[in-house]
Amino acid sequence: MTDTVARLEGVSHVYGGLQALTDIHIEIPSGRMIGLIGPDGAGKSTLLGLIAGARKLQAGSLEVLGGDMGSQQFRNRLAPRIAYMPQGLGGNLYHALTVDENIGFFADLFGLTGDGRKQQIHRLLEATGLLPFRNRPAGKLSGGMKQKLGLCCALIHNPDLLILDEPTTGVDPLSRARFWDLIDKIRAQQAGMSVLVATAYMEEAERYDWLAALDGGAILATGSPRELRAQTNTRTLDEAFIVLSSGTADETARDNIEAEASLAASHTMDTVPAIEANHLTLRFGDFTAVKDVSFSISRGEIFGFLGSNGCGKTTTMKMLTGLLPPSEGDVLLFGKPLDARDLSTRQRVGYMSQGFSLYGELTVRQNLELHARLFHLPVDQVSIRVDELAQEFGLADVMDQLASHLPLGVRQRLSLAVAVVHRPELLILDEPTSGVDPGARNQFWALLFRLSREDGVTIFISTHFMNEGERCDRISLMHAGEVLASDKPDVLIREAGEQNLEGAFMRTLETATGTEDIGSGAVLTGGHGDEPEHRWFSFRRLWAYGHREARELIRDPIRMAFAFIGSALLMLILGYGITLDVEDLSFAVLDQDQTPQSRDYVTAFSGSRYFIERPPINDMLELGKRMQSGELSLALVIPPGYGKDLKRGQDTEIGVWIDGAMPFRGETIAGYVEGIHYSYLADLVFRTYGTVPTLSLVSIEDRYRYNQDFRSLDAMVPAVIPILLIFIPSILMALGIVREKELGSITNLYVTPVTRLEFLLGKQLPYIAFSMISYVSLVMLAVWIFEVPLKGGLWTLSLGALLYVVVTTGLGQVISAFASTQIAALAATAIITLLPTVQFSGLTEPVSSQEGVGALIGEFWPATWFLQVSRGVFTKGLSFIDLQQTLLSLAAFIPVLTLISVVLLKKQGR
Amino acid sequence: MKSLANIWNLGLKELRSLLGDKVLMVFVLLAFTLIIYTAGSAGSMELNNAPVAVVDEDQTILSGRIIQSFQQPWFLKPDLIRYDQIDTMLDRGSHTFVLVIPEGFERDVRKGHVVSVQLNIDATRMTQAFIGANYIQSFVMTEVAEFIEPGSGSTELPVNLVNRVSFNPNLEGSWFGGVMELITEITLISIILTGAALIREREHGTIEHLMVMPLRSYEIMAAKVWANALVVMIAATLSVTVVIQGWLQVPVAGSVLLFLFGALIHLFSTTAIGILVGTVARTMPQFGLLLILIILPLQLLSGGITPRESMPDLVQEIMLLAPTTHFVSLAQGILYRGAGLDVVWPQFLALTAIGAVFFGAALVLFRRHMSV
Repeated sequence: MTDTVARLEGVSHVYGGLQALTDIHIEIPSGRMIGLIGPDGAGKSTLLGLIAGARKLQAGSLEVLGGDMGSQQFRNRLAPRIAYMPQGLGGNLYHALTVDENIGFFADLFGLTGDGRKQQIHRLLEATGLLPFRNRPAGKLSGGMKQKLGLCCALIHNPDLLILDEPTTGVDPLSRARFWDLIDKIRAQQAGMSVLVATAYMEEAERYDWLAALDGGAILATGSPRELRAQTNTRTLDEAFIVLSSGTADETARDNIEAEASLAASHTMDTVPAIEANHLTLRFGDFTAVKDVSFSISRGEIFGFLGSNGCGKTTTMKMLTGLLPPSEGDVLLFGKPLDARDLSTRQRVGYMSQGFSLYGELTVRQNLELHARLFHLPVDQVSIRVDELAQEFGLADVMDQLASHLPLGVRQRLSLAVAVVHRPELLILDEPTSGVDPGARNQFWALLFRLSREDGVTIFISTHFMNEGERCDRISLMHAGEVLASDKPDVLIREAGEQNLEGAFMRTLETATGTEDIGSGAVLTGGHGDEPEHRWFSFRRLWAYGHREARELIRDPIRMAFAFIGSALLMLILGYGITLDVEDLSFAVLDQDQTPQSRDYVTAFSGSRYFIERPPINDMLELGKRMQSGELSLALVIPPGYGKDLKRGQDTEIGVWIDGAMPFRGETIAGYVEGIHYSYLADLVFRTYGTVPTLSLVSIEDRYRYNQDFRSLDAMVPAVIPILLIFIPSILMALGIVREKELGSITNLYVTPVTRLEFLLGKQLPYIAFSMISYVSLVMLAVWIFEVPLKGGLWTLSLGALLYVVVTTGLGQVISAFASTQIAALAATAIITLLPTVQFSGLTEPVSSQEGVGALIGEFWPATWFLQVSRGVFTKGLSFIDLQQTLLSLAAFIPVLTLISVVLLKKQGR
Repeated sequence: MKSLANIWNLGLKELRSLLGDKVLMVFVLLAFTLIIYTAGSAGSMELNNAPVAVVDEDQTILSGRIIQSFQQPWFLKPDLIRYDQIDTMLDRGSHTFVLVIPEGFERDVRKGHVVSVQLNIDATRMTQAFIGANYIQSFVMTEVAEFIEPGSGSTELPVNLVNRVSFNPNLEGSWFGGVMELITEITLISIILTGAALIREREHGTIEHLMVMPLRSYEIMAAKVWANALVVMIAATLSVTVVIQGWLQVPVAGSVLLFLFGALIHLFSTTAIGILVGTVARTMPQFGLLLILIILPLQLLSGGITPRESMPDLVQEIMLLAPTTHFVSLAQGILYRGAGLDVVWPQFLALTAIGAVFFGAALVLFRRHMSV
């Protein structure tokens, strides 16, 4: 084993027009605990992403565990030896799946089987304390638990290199401490493992073996924490970092805060409380999220909310903003009961939610301006205020960047800037400093103090940072929906008999929960005996994706219901609705003759089942008008003297006006008119001369094949099946893939051994099964409800359907390669599939009759081929042998589409 | 006033988000240009290049003339096949019609016997089958009549029909296909854009953010309606002028402006439908499914693909509630028949009423959802 785990030479990275890393040269020692520290946007995440292989190397050379990361071959071999946990709470987890299922998915990806697998999962769950929650969906876990689950999934395969990107951001101190204990224990058991961590918590960095300080995409310094402190002549890493980045020890910010903080907020204590909560309780079903919480906050006070993850802080805050109505209790805002509809109170409150909730597709400036306008700042003030905020929050350099491209910490600053844009009197901040670096946090607090002490703004804040808790005027400790203690920080510390707030917090929480047994057994299996070899194709990994996707599908009631009811409903609507019989056409007559002969002629039309007579027309002007309005599809004009001419045997003419706006209908009407006209003449001759005239020497015997009754239903129902089996499968498939891109779990494709083919085929399987269920319900409906006879073999039809849905889901995959948002995928699939299927596939007109592009598209459109199978089997009673060619053509789409998808799908992010 | 400003500002944000999604914009552009062109240029359901096969067992001048009478654009040049091939041809679907001219056909005609010829028709192709059979019948009769007595093919019957096809004299399909496709795209794109924009806000948590600001539900909704409708309106305007009038050379009989005004009112309903669906659906895949459930009937039963009057009465009546039905009818009125507002005002009225109902329903549902 080499003594460096990663070697970077001249690595640069540009992301979203932003230079994220510039010419990085660094050798990272192996077998250690290595920390990357630096402010937000320093390039930590980019660097980790590159080392993990999740991002594509743009420039320079990168060696990880002794191999070149530029080579796809090497990355494939490397994947089983690396574990990567991306930034954010549970970014690579699947929220609809339970804890067990998530771990099981990763175990499958890494090829774990048998007893070893069971033991490994058990050990990891036990060690992280997740054992009691095995059956809870990941989406319902608290932030800390999600991080632990993420770690379990990362450790499932005994990696040599564990990469953690801010694993404890947003995690409460107790869980954080337990998280690091766990990591220590794992490292103690497996000496060779290197751990690479990016963190914003400097206290945590103190315990690492080796640090690299980053700023502005460049390495500032490397070495052990002690070396860094010695080098800068400082006491703490926090300060060391500030010296490294600015060159001088900047104590002023801190001093300012202390000075501001010392100004007591007592001068406004006498007035009405800014916010008062009385016995707030909120239940979701039988789960009580918040239980009997009361407090009162004076104007100008900074009130802190501390608690473990998932203890109900966010829920309480949402009740205070009116987003959630409490089950019991009430809220008084500025002395008045909270009314969610009262817009004027909203004007006085600023709220910052936990997750980033600004518009990622807008720039920083656009976000600020939008909110300034929505809060109705005077027009001339908007740009002044925006500039002011840009200065105060250090956003000036990023004003024209898209918010989604900003690092976490900068986004949080932007969120706060947005929350205060209208100078609210009350600020409700839900973990505003999660993921924000120490320097920025200090600035942030300086600002909060100024708002509170100078402008008298009341601040209600939740946080995980104990040093921030100490800065609050008063704090509440919350756990499991209840407030455990509430007082000034120093009083709480004294009462708990601890040195600092962290100690007091842990003590209070541990008394409430009882100490968590971290588990005494070994966390990992020893050695690498069961390390799976990398294989090019593994059914197990394919199955892992298939199984996972199927579970998600099954748990989505709307999607499942659609498979049965939705497609059946559509078939009913379309089967009965689309009819190509042209009937019940409205016509009217302009009878300028008004003789028995002319009325006789009209009767021939009004007696036909194709036409319905409307009130007569009076003049040509009216004729034009009534045709124009679409009221009449046909107008007959009988000239004056018609009856007389007819009797005299003189030639006469009848004017026929046909609405040609819909050409197909126009043609049909012309046909009907001709038919009725000739039969009327024949009838006339017969009545006059008593013989049937021989109008022609040739008679044509029409033999309508396959559909003797000319029943539209028999022609349309078999055609509806191909229509429905293309839209639904392709849209669902495309969304299934793009969804992973949008929600972040695509990372699992990037950093685990799963190949593109396994990923695509695995995800395709459940949708094929889903579509086949739909197919079965459609066929049953066709045969039993519509009573369309199935003349040919059911197996041939089913084989065709199977091939067809493989093709249509494959089509969805190809489309998904181009789209990065679900909207785009949805729109693209709908647009691309709708036209060719309805117009060019031979639904109404055979492909051979089409011209130009339409004919070409029709030829290469899968629906064309399946339509032949469906109609062939249903109406023509064709057998497998007859349809061999067609089935083969259909099958030929499969490898082509799969190949295109594999080529277009990227195995690395940007 | 404040309300208007909010709607304006939120709408601007909506526009920025839309324009930011490049892939989406490319597809919207494609939908309103290439797709409409393709639909317009591909011909429609009238008889066009119908594939015919002939079994000529007679092999005479007369049978040759009949075969010659099949002309483009109605029919493709007939393929000559053997009698035992008929079933295969029809089964394979390569031909819609097979005409069988029996042996001794010309001889019998000369003798003045009435001869019958057999025409096999693939009745699963309903549109071609009926119209084509009429054509073939008249071709054969004309040829036979001409053969016996040259010049008699156009004999005057005691009463002659003078057909005038209004609004589309040559019954050209491209006039029809392009415009109907435009209507489909207007409906489809506006529902997708509005509904998906709402779901995106929910999936990204930004809707919560809007709700704590001094904004009313109808402002959030109205902003989405105007912004997305604007994008579709611009695209539709370009499409009518550049693609339909310019590229496809469809002569527009009435006022394009009036049609666009109709489109605007139509968009009022479709964007409201988008909001409705976006409120009901929790995730994008659910939205996708509901979208299909709505868009297919809206398109296929509107009268834009098959004639309305032939649908079952119940379907016709239910479809009166759909905006597309009225939009299709007013579009046909204005664009083909040159109808003015004095003629199509009932459709305008219906569209406005439907729009108001959908918008109201969307607002109620949206409000209820947002308040939780």
